[in-house]
Amino acid sequence: MNRPLQQLVLARFREFFRRPSTVFWVYGFPLLLSGVLGVAFQNRPVERIPVDVSAEGSGGTEAAEALKNKLKRDPRVVVAIGTDRECRDRLRTAKTGLVVIPIAAPSRYEYLFDPNRPESLLARSAADSALVRADAPGLAAPTDVAFDEPGGRYIDFLIPGLVGVNLMGGGLWGVGFVVVDMRVRKLLKRFLATPMRRQDFLLALMISRAVFTLIEVLILLAFGYLAFGVAVRGSPLALAALVVLGAACFGGVGLLVACRVETIESVSGLMNAVMLPMYLLCGVFFAADRFPDAVQPLIRALPLTALLDGVRAVMNDGAGWPAVAWPAAVLTAWGVLSFALALRFFKWR
Amino acid sequence: MARVLDCNAKRQCFVACTLTLGAYNPRMSAAIRVSNLVKTYPGRPPVEAVRGVSLEVRRGECFGLLGPNGAGKTTTLEIIEGLLAPTSGDVEVLERRWDTDDRAIRERIGISLQETRLPDRLTVRETVELFRSFYPSGISPQEAVAAVSLQEKTGSYVDRLSGGQKQRLAVACALVGDPEMLFLDEPTTGLDPQSRRELWDVVRAYKGRGRTVLITTHYMDEAERLCDRVAVIDHGKVIAIGAPSELILNAGGEHVIDVRLAEDACACPVAAEDLARLPTVAAVRPADGGFALSAAEPHTALPALLVLLQQKGITPAGLGTRLATLDDVFLALTGRHLRDGESA
Repeated sequence: MNRPLQQLVLARFREFFRRPSTVFWVYGFPLLLSGVLGVAFQNRPVERIPVDVSAEGSGGTEAAEALKNKLKRDPRVVVAIGTDRECRDRLRTAKTGLVVIPIAAPSRYEYLFDPNRPESLLARSAADSALVRADAPGLAAPTDVAFDEPGGRYIDFLIPGLVGVNLMGGGLWGVGFVVVDMRVRKLLKRFLATPMRRQDFLLALMISRAVFTLIEVLILLAFGYLAFGVAVRGSPLALAALVVLGAACFGGVGLLVACRVETIESVSGLMNAVMLPMYLLCGVFFAADRFPDAVQPLIRALPLTALLDGVRAVMNDGAGWPAVAWPAAVLTAWGVLSFALALRFFKWR
Repeated sequence: MARVLDCNAKRQCFVACTLTLGAYNPRMSAAIRVSNLVKTYPGRPPVEAVRGVSLEVRRGECFGLLGPNGAGKTTTLEIIEGLLAPTSGDVEVLERRWDTDDRAIRERIGISLQETRLPDRLTVRETVELFRSFYPSGISPQEAVAAVSLQEKTGSYVDRLSGGQKQRLAVACALVGDPEMLFLDEPTTGLDPQSRRELWDVVRAYKGRGRTVLITTHYMDEAERLCDRVAVIDHGKVIAIGAPSELILNAGGEHVIDVRLAEDACACPVAAEDLARLPTVAAVRPADGGFALSAAEPHTALPALLVLLQQKGITPAGLGTRLATLDDVFLALTGRHLRDGESA
């Protein structure tokens, strides 16, 4: 490493590590976030399925009581009897998933539920199965076996998602924000007034960012392993390669976002405009497959999707280099393109 | 067409000025040559920041660009520094041009911008070391820090320095490449008197080693004390160029007699023409509540003034003499004070 480059990297390190608040927000906050989310979304068995029975159906109160007793065969089902109005209000406000309305004929009833709500669907099928089994006592019940294999829990999905988010946030904020800050301070112009080589400056920015991010990812992975037992089941080297590529790619995007911006306010807005869609679309908190087929090609082309697919394949599916090839290609393309554009349009003064 | 004529007029003026100085040796190469520099910012209407500036800075001199805020000093300086592209015109620094020899020039000059906020969390020594690493040769960071008398602050973070110390650190960063030329853009603006004097000492010491300095300022005292020659700039043009003492002399004498007559200036009982006829008085300007007289010999002009006032039966509300300044020059040339319209 030549001396100016070395000095520029050193300056970035000093500026970074000498600010306790920066260090906290970069390293401490993601841990806090993953801790909170990990606990909040821990996989818990479904313990309670609220079902209402209307007392005002044409079957009358007695039929309603009978239905309630049958429903209680499923210990998860919590039954409440109410007026028609009460039941409908509770369904509307999601306090219950299903309203069973007894009809005048024996063993006849109506299901009132919202087919768009998963908990409503769940309540309908739980209630239905309880009622059917109550009416047909001879029907043999299957044996339930709980499945719990590592790699399949929500936290196993979440930790790689957070790794991706940190790489994106670190790259965009860590490069873009620093560049605009230096531009506002006229520091870029001051550097330009010296014989400093521009590529040294940009390279120093990327190198320091890559190092900060690697530390960040290592801490996060260690935390995930220690706190939730989230392990890397595939090739650690392939994962490291993905992380480095991801850091470089988002660093390039950050540089592009910041290449002409002259105020902190507008760069913050731009960053959010770039990051928010990826937060939502790329499968950080839930799988990106759930979006409609029409937008899938777009989602697949985004760098964060590629990164997350790769990281999850390695961490959860135990994949190796072959699974990393396509994500790596997408990340490289984004990185090279945005870096080249940033260099072309970069405003130094 | 008008501009071309204007530029020619300027050039003639420039030639005349340099000729009157006499000491100029045309064979000695200039450190900076600027001719017909124009900078227009597009817009409606376009902003003509620099409107045909020509000047030459000699090696070993301290040259000042003096003018009020917004006169075009910084724009001119930044074009010379190669940080801004001119709309038209020629710039030569150390006999090289920016478009072909950018790096070669940069290695030989040191620049301090009007406002740079250096990284907060680097120490003084680390900051200077960083800048030193950009130059292939130069002085040691310790020497640069010593040159601006910041030895005691070597280990302090930049955000712990006072305004004056920060400014000296900025100059240390400009000095660390051991440049042949130093560019300073309003280096003492906003500093207290003590800090200004400390910075002047740094500039004098640098110039004392035979180096060249180009400085912009809107402080006339700074230009007078520091600069061998100044170019007075107003509305993007050079309106006078020469040694401060010469400019003052040309503007009507080294001395000024301020006479305040009454609170009500309109009811002034003395005509300016009467005052102008007083011995050795070269110029008369109305000043608040009275007049300012440029006089070559105040000891001759003053008694005559008193006699005149006595004849008219006037008791002056105030009377004083002082040495003329560059502000008087600016006032004589433009009818405005150097610091008019300044928010500070």
